[in-house]
Amino acid sequence: MAEGLVKTYGEVRALDGLDLEVPEGSVLGVLGPNGAGKTTCVRVLTTLLKPDSGRAEVAGIDVLRNPQPVRKLIGVSGQYAAVDEYLTGFENLDMVGRLYHLGRESSRQRARELLAQLRLNDAADRPVKTYSGGMRRRLDLAGALVARPQVLFLDEPTTGLDPRSRTEMWQVLLELVKAGTTVLLTTQYLEEADRLADSIMVVDHGKVIARGTSDELKAQIGGEVVEIVVADSERIPDAVRVLTKFGRGAVTVDEHTRRVSTSVDGSSPAATVLVEALRQLDSEGVTMLDVAVRRPTLDDVFLTLTGHAAEDDAPADGSGVAGSTSGKAGSTSDTNAGGAR
Amino acid sequence: MTSPTIAFGDGWTIARRNVIKVFRIPDLIIFSIVQPIMFVLLFAYVFGGAIQVPGVSYREFLIGGIFVQIVAFNSGVTAIGLADDLQKGIIDRFRTLPMARSAVLIGRTTSDLVTAVIVLVVMSICGLLVGWRIHSSVGEAIGGYAVVLLFSFAMSWIAATIGLAVRSVEVAQSAGLIWLFPVTFVSNVFVPLSSMPSWLQPIAEWNPISTVALAIRTLFGNIPEGVPPDGTRFPSQHPVLMSVVWCVLILVIFIPLAVQRYQRAAAR
Repeated sequence: MAEGLVKTYGEVRALDGLDLEVPEGSVLGVLGPNGAGKTTCVRVLTTLLKPDSGRAEVAGIDVLRNPQPVRKLIGVSGQYAAVDEYLTGFENLDMVGRLYHLGRESSRQRARELLAQLRLNDAADRPVKTYSGGMRRRLDLAGALVARPQVLFLDEPTTGLDPRSRTEMWQVLLELVKAGTTVLLTTQYLEEADRLADSIMVVDHGKVIARGTSDELKAQIGGEVVEIVVADSERIPDAVRVLTKFGRGAVTVDEHTRRVSTSVDGSSPAATVLVEALRQLDSEGVTMLDVAVRRPTLDDVFLTLTGHAAEDDAPADGSGVAGSTSGKAGSTSDTNAGGAR
Repeated sequence: MTSPTIAFGDGWTIARRNVIKVFRIPDLIIFSIVQPIMFVLLFAYVFGGAIQVPGVSYREFLIGGIFVQIVAFNSGVTAIGLADDLQKGIIDRFRTLPMARSAVLIGRTTSDLVTAVIVLVVMSICGLLVGWRIHSSVGEAIGGYAVVLLFSFAMSWIAATIGLAVRSVEVAQSAGLIWLFPVTFVSNVFVPLSSMPSWLQPIAEWNPISTVALAIRTLFGNIPEGVPPDGTRFPSQHPVLMSVVWCVLILVIFIPLAVQRYQRAAAR
C-alpha cells in the first residue's frame, strides 16, 4: 500500500522511508510512541497530506494521483473526534452520508443503522455537546463507516479514553474486524494491537523497526522465559549454573531482586525446563521464593527494539499494557523486596 | 472531476449544517444583533447631534452607512467559523470525503448570508424606530438590500481567506475584525466626505464601503433631490454600478485565494 514514504517538517523527518502493506480483509496495527510518524502516515494514505517522496496506493488506486476515487473507498476516524458539537449524533451522520452522495433517504437510514450498531440510539437526537468522550469517539467511528468503506483507517481510536470506554470501543472494533473490513489501526497501546491486529508493524522515528504477527515479534526477542527468584543471594551462582545447564542461551541475573532468568528455545517446553531446574535446585537445598514461566510481552519487544519504553505517557488509569499481557504468561507473580527478607 | 451540481449540493449540505448551528448557539445570534443596535443608538443619539450632513437628516444618512459597516463586521463570523472547523479537525474529516473541494467554502459563505439577513432585519426595525424611512419604490428598496447582501457575500470571502490563514479561533477573532476599523471609519458611513481633510477625501471616496453606503442611501431614497453630491469622482456619480464592480472584483480576487488557502491549510 505504501512505499518509501518520506515527509519532513523542517529538520524533523516525520516519515523516513516508510513501507507498509495491508492484505485485503486483514488488520494491520501500526504501533509506536508519540511522534513516531503514525498519524503522518495515516494522513498520507487518507489523501490529507502529500509526502515529499514515495508512493501510496489504496485498493489499487494511486492516492497521490487520484485522491478523489480513493476518498469514495475509505473511512477515516481520527484521534480527535471530528464531530460537530452543536449537531445531534443523527445530524452528524446524516451530513456525512450526504457528502458521500448516498442520497437523502439512504443517508438517513444509514445514520439510524449506525447509531444502533454503535449503541448510540438513546443519544441519537441529542447535541453531541452532551456526549461523553467515549460516545464522541464512537460517533466519529460511525462517521467513518457511513459509506461501508473497503478500507478503514483508525488513528489511535482509544487514546485518552477511560478503561470502560476503551473496552466498549474494542468490542465495536472486534465486530468490525470479524466482518472482514480491511483496517489500518494506529495505536500506542500494545495490548490494543495485540487484541485487534492480524499483523503488527512497529514504527519509531518515521521508520519501520519491526513487523510480523504479535507472536512473531515476541519470538524475535527469544522464546519463553524461565525465571527463578532465590531466597539467599549467596545461592545465586547455583541457580545460574542450573539454569545454564537446562536452558538455552544466556542467563540474566538481577542481584537486587535475586532474580535469575533465561530464555528457552522451542526444543523442550519451558515448563519441562522449569521442573527439571526446580528438582535440581531443590535437591541442592536452594530455597526459592518464586518461579515463573512467561512469554515475552510486546513491552519486552518494544524495549528491545527501540531501547525505550513504549509508553512514556501511560494512560492515567494504569490498566494499560503490562497488567493484562502478563495474564497469558501462565504462572507468575512478582516477588517484592519486602517478601524476601 | 466534480461537476457544478455536486459542488452546489455539497455546498448546500454544509450550509444547512452551519445554519442549524447558528440557531443552536443563541449567544452568537444575540451578540451579532446587539452590536448593530448599539451602533444605531450610539450614533443616532450620542454622536449624531455633533455631525452635520448638508441637506440630509443625520438619521436618514446614518442607517444606510451602518448597514454596510455591520455586514462588514459580520463577516468576522466566517473567519471564526472556518478557523473553528479547522482547529477541531472537522475540515480534515471533510477532506477525506469524496465531496467537492469548494463546498466547505461555498457552504460557509452562503450560510453566513443567513446571519447577515437576520442582522439586516433587526437593523431595519431599529432604523424605523429612530426615524429612518425608505422613500423609494419597492423595486429600488429590494435593490438596496440586494447590494448590501452581495457586499456581505464578498466580504465573507475576504474573511474566509483570513480565517484559513490564521487557523486559530482566537486569532481569527481579532485578525478578522481589526482591519475593518480603519476601513469602515475612513468612509462616508458616519460622516460626510466633505468633512474630511482634502488629502483623505479621495481615499475615502474610492473606499468600497463608501460606495456601497452611497448606493444603499440612493436606492432607499435617503438623499433628497437637489442636495449637492458628497464627492464628485466616479464612484459618487455611479454608486450602484461601482458597488457591483467592487463586489465582483473582491470575489474574483478572494475566491481563488480562499480556495488556495483551504487546500494549503488542510494539507499540513
